[in-house]
Amino acid sequence: MKYLVMLLALLCAACSPADRAGGQADTASSTVAADSTRATYAITGGTVYTLGAAGKIEHGTVLVKDGRIAAVGADVAIPADAERIDATGKMVTPGIFDPESQFGIVEVGAVKETRDAATTDSRFSAAFDVADAINPRSVLIPVNRIAGVTRAMVSPINGAGHIIAGRGAIIDLGTTEGFIHRDPAAMFAVLGESGAKQAGGSRAAALLALREALQDARDYADNASAYASNRRRSYALTRLDLEALRPVLDGKEPLVVQVNRASDIEAALRLAHDFKLKLIVSGGAEAWMVAAQLANAHVPVLLNPLEDLPAHFETLGSTLENAARLQKAGVLIAFATGDTHNARNVTQAAGNAVANGLPWLDALKALMLNPARIYGMDQDLGTLEPGKLADVVVWSADPLELSSFADQVFIAGRKMPMVSRQTMLRDRYMQAMRDQQALPPGYSVPSAQ
Amino acid sequence: MKLSHLRAATLATLLVVSLGVVAHAAAPPAEIPPDAFPSTYQPLPAQTTLIQHATIYTGTGTRIDDGAVLLRDGKIAAIGTQLDTPAGAIVIDAKGKYVTPGLIDVHSHLGVYPSPAVAITGNGNEMTNPNTSQVMAEHSVWPQDPGFNTARAGGVTTLEILPGSGNLIGGRGVVLKNVPATTVQAMKFPDAPYGLKMACGENPMRVYGARHQFPSTLMGDVAGYRQAFADAQAYDHEWQAWETKVKAKGRADAGAPPKRDLGKETLAAVLDGKILVQMHCYRADEMAAMLDVAQEFGFKITAFHHAVEAYKIPRLLAQTDTCAAVWADWWGFKMEAWDGIRANLAMVDAGGACALIHSDDENGIQRLNQEVTKARAAGLRAGLDISKEHAVMWMTLNPAKVLGLADRIGSLEPGKDADVVLWSSDPFSVYARTEKVFLDGAVVYDRADPARQSKSDFMLGSFVAPPAADAAGEGAR
Repeated sequence: MKYLVMLLALLCAACSPADRAGGQADTASSTVAADSTRATYAITGGTVYTLGAAGKIEHGTVLVKDGRIAAVGADVAIPADAERIDATGKMVTPGIFDPESQFGIVEVGAVKETRDAATTDSRFSAAFDVADAINPRSVLIPVNRIAGVTRAMVSPINGAGHIIAGRGAIIDLGTTEGFIHRDPAAMFAVLGESGAKQAGGSRAAALLALREALQDARDYADNASAYASNRRRSYALTRLDLEALRPVLDGKEPLVVQVNRASDIEAALRLAHDFKLKLIVSGGAEAWMVAAQLANAHVPVLLNPLEDLPAHFETLGSTLENAARLQKAGVLIAFATGDTHNARNVTQAAGNAVANGLPWLDALKALMLNPARIYGMDQDLGTLEPGKLADVVVWSADPLELSSFADQVFIAGRKMPMVSRQTMLRDRYMQAMRDQQALPPGYSVPSAQ
Repeated sequence: MKLSHLRAATLATLLVVSLGVVAHAAAPPAEIPPDAFPSTYQPLPAQTTLIQHATIYTGTGTRIDDGAVLLRDGKIAAIGTQLDTPAGAIVIDAKGKYVTPGLIDVHSHLGVYPSPAVAITGNGNEMTNPNTSQVMAEHSVWPQDPGFNTARAGGVTTLEILPGSGNLIGGRGVVLKNVPATTVQAMKFPDAPYGLKMACGENPMRVYGARHQFPSTLMGDVAGYRQAFADAQAYDHEWQAWETKVKAKGRADAGAPPKRDLGKETLAAVLDGKILVQMHCYRADEMAAMLDVAQEFGFKITAFHHAVEAYKIPRLLAQTDTCAAVWADWWGFKMEAWDGIRANLAMVDAGGACALIHSDDENGIQRLNQEVTKARAAGLRAGLDISKEHAVMWMTLNPAKVLGLADRIGSLEPGKDADVVLWSSDPFSVYARTEKVFLDGAVVYDRADPARQSKSDFMLGSFVAPPAADAAGEGAR
């Protein structure tokens, strides 16, 4: 049966121009259609895991045109001008979406000049937005991009004294122009041990600080004009912070709270219920212990499935089965390893989750689809279905196996050079090892393409 | 002590020092006990066990299909394809399963930086002086660290616990058999040589530089090591002079022995080749400088740990018989880690040097086989030809060599300790899990038997659920 659906012009529902003051906006979708540099690609012969309704397609074709997926199926008509990518014997999936990273805001961990993830300036908390600091030319991006990571939430880290870390942005790892896909995309905060540390030594104080911020933001939203004319009480937060919290209170922007202990997760759930927030739990070492409550409240969890030690008193319940148990209970999960330099190792984390009970396809979804669902971007990302942005990875074999590698990566329809600073270092010193008579390595510059 | 890498110019002086130390070693002064903290390790009860029909990676670079291995009296009794079943032996049919030697990690901080990581339990770095060669990691090891249990579940049977890298010379490391115990002595690998932790580069100069103390630069680092070993040489000479007097005049008339200096005593044992130097060093140029320092004072650096730039100097490492113990892919967290690449281990190996994986991490130690898989895959991508059976040595025999224990552990050969891991499938698959772990022939971990899954005292009672609650404690480690 012929399975061909051509892209309808500007199918996307979120093509409004960016409006930073008025809450989140997607910018990538609008630029895609205008970009005529993107060629047409036909990825043929591979086993395609669409992660959508079409399921798995053997010997399938993925047709990429104008940055989006034009067609997917076993019998797709390939336009004459399409560049063919032979994926026979390989696997084709959507790209990996890192749901919590510091791409572009941390280069060398211990070099503070290259870090923009946190501010200790007491004037800013909720209004702090990492988007303005992101460097799309970061060396970390190609290193992880050639391993299949195509999208990322770039999230702030709470600086000293802050419960609310600020706002994160979702970026396209395949371009230096228009790389901000959505901003602001989420608000980040800490509770539990980290929150207590910032709030003067008690979890209760951290929760109180967050409640106060939200109450002030609500009051401000309801009385902005009175505030402007000095006819309102003073607030704990600045005007910009209060404005930044408005979409969170409106349930338009999720609040990602780093929290691990079961009782701390329950406290975050109560807070979310009281303020009608769209809560996302990050960390969640003991989330499996309150899985039913999380499922009932439709609260997703960003977790590291390799965490199995009582590294802190708030993670005594850590277990390698966290992912499997949450999934089984109906909680939407995604993987966040906390290591942006090696964001690529998220496939290893996923593989271990499978070894500990998570169904394989669910692990693939946790890597590629669930982050898009969690951040409300699944109309554009997460599956290989016509109309979606063409973030496509051709894998040599099972993406979760550590001997596999990404053979070719496409991001928004752009064919990525499969090169990074690390492959260039490797090639330079491989050459030095092979050719003892060569000039010193300093003279060899491996191809960047 | 190996002298092969020493320059002729320094050889003569070195021999004098070396011979002097050897004499001292042959007749240790009665004042210095050989090991003040002797091992009390006892193997767990074991039964003769035959594992058959397994794919065996022997740890010597070969693979045996449909293989069998016999564990008897705590040793590997036989290995091959067809082995007779001794009377009363437990027989494990391992068809479709895999067998490797017990895994060995030469760089762990379990016990000295245990879980939970709270300020008072972090005992791995005595950062009060850049040279703390007098301290011993074993006195910081908390045997109840739950990480020992998770490492064992990952197949790790032997591990070296090292002090941290905050000092130029951090102190002695200790080699442990990974058995549950209430004292560190009961874990100590009998007669294993001690290691000495040293550290290059950023960490010591960051720690002391921040206090405006010495060393605050790389050149300060190097001067620090050199002075420490020069002092150790002088200390050694003092003892030699006293011993000469004892020989000439007798103990009674030789006068008081020199005052013991625990730090210099340790460094003298390094000069003597009895303590193996395990040196944290990232950059190629810093490793080269340290090899010169070692040559100057006549000691050997057994392994550079972390060694993220080892791939730039494989020939130098091979020539000096120095191992590189590395991560698969850690990079970028500081300047000296900026040039880390995944092919590092494979390139060092291909360059003819001794290369191995290490963890330096309580999570990574649970999956050394996966780290080796990544390192091998990167080597294949670089165009190198690396068999799985060869790569298995990166987590077995090569680390055994780094610990000075290659004649006792690290491979499945008759007479070696029966440290064996039975895997559910090929350990080069991310889905493979350990099924059974044998240490000296005893089952120390069995995935199917909760009675053979040790739990730390610390974990007891963490989740005693009230009657009405659900079974919250189940499965938590």
